Amino acid sequence: MKWILVMVMVAATVLSDLLQSHEMKRAGEQSVSARGFARLLHTIAQCRLLILGVACNAVSFFSFMALVQTEPLSFAVPASSASFVLETVLAKFVLHERIGARRAAGALAVLAGVVLVGG
Amino acid sequence: MTNLNPRINGVMDGPRHSPGPALKTYFVLLFFLALKAGGNSWMAWGMKQVPERMSMNPALYLRAMLNPSVAIGIAALILALLTRMALLSMADLSFVLPVTAIGYVIAVFLGKVFLHETVTGQRWLGTLLIFAGAILVGTTSRNTTPSAEDPK
Repeated sequence: MKWILVMVMVAATVLSDLLQSHEMKRAGEQSVSARGFARLLHTIAQCRLLILGVACNAVSFFSFMALVQTEPLSFAVPASSASFVLETVLAKFVLHERIGARRAAGALAVLAGVVLVGG
Repeated sequence: MTNLNPRINGVMDGPRHSPGPALKTYFVLLFFLALKAGGNSWMAWGMKQVPERMSMNPALYLRAMLNPSVAIGIAALILALLTRMALLSMADLSFVLPVTAIGYVIAVFLGKVFLHETVTGQRWLGTLLIFAGAILVGTTSRNTTPSAEDPK
């Protein structure tokens, strides 16, 4: 059961972030204010892929909550960091982001840190 | 600042021109981290008062949301989600992921200071690595993909 939850959580997180990143870049730069959030909600309501992204976010959130109810955080947190690796790889190949040496090194340091904090 | 290429200038500033787009990104990042840390703390506090164990049953989650602390926490986390989406409109996913991991560092400090949790040497080392990694990534160019108003 715990591995099913981990797989659901990781898949949902990855899909959610890829969809959100792709669609938000397409929507253009948003402002963080009451009016900006209202406009953003309007944008989400009109874009099926963003709705799907937010729904995946909810799935990922609830599977994480279910996971920490039965498993210790020291398992759940490093397990959830699997999505970090997948997403960074997919950001390069699907979203065509340029990941230079410095960004790759930083991401690896963060990953090692997350595993240490959780473990 | 003079910019010889108006097209690149347009890409940097986005459709609605704002001063210091890079600074704005870091401001939005800080706002997100505050909302996330606050929301998680409220929710964790509230969830400890909810007796039922969560399962696949959505009714249990809905009942947990009736707890005021849980409700405040969720409201803050929804705002955090919207703020993160705004952040994703300004910066790459491979930029946002590592820099938002600073949230783990904040969680360790909050746990230490407010919940009096013991933080082991291993956890401090992890915190240090996250912090160093986030700074490394945070100093890279935040947006490396062509934006909407710059068709390929």
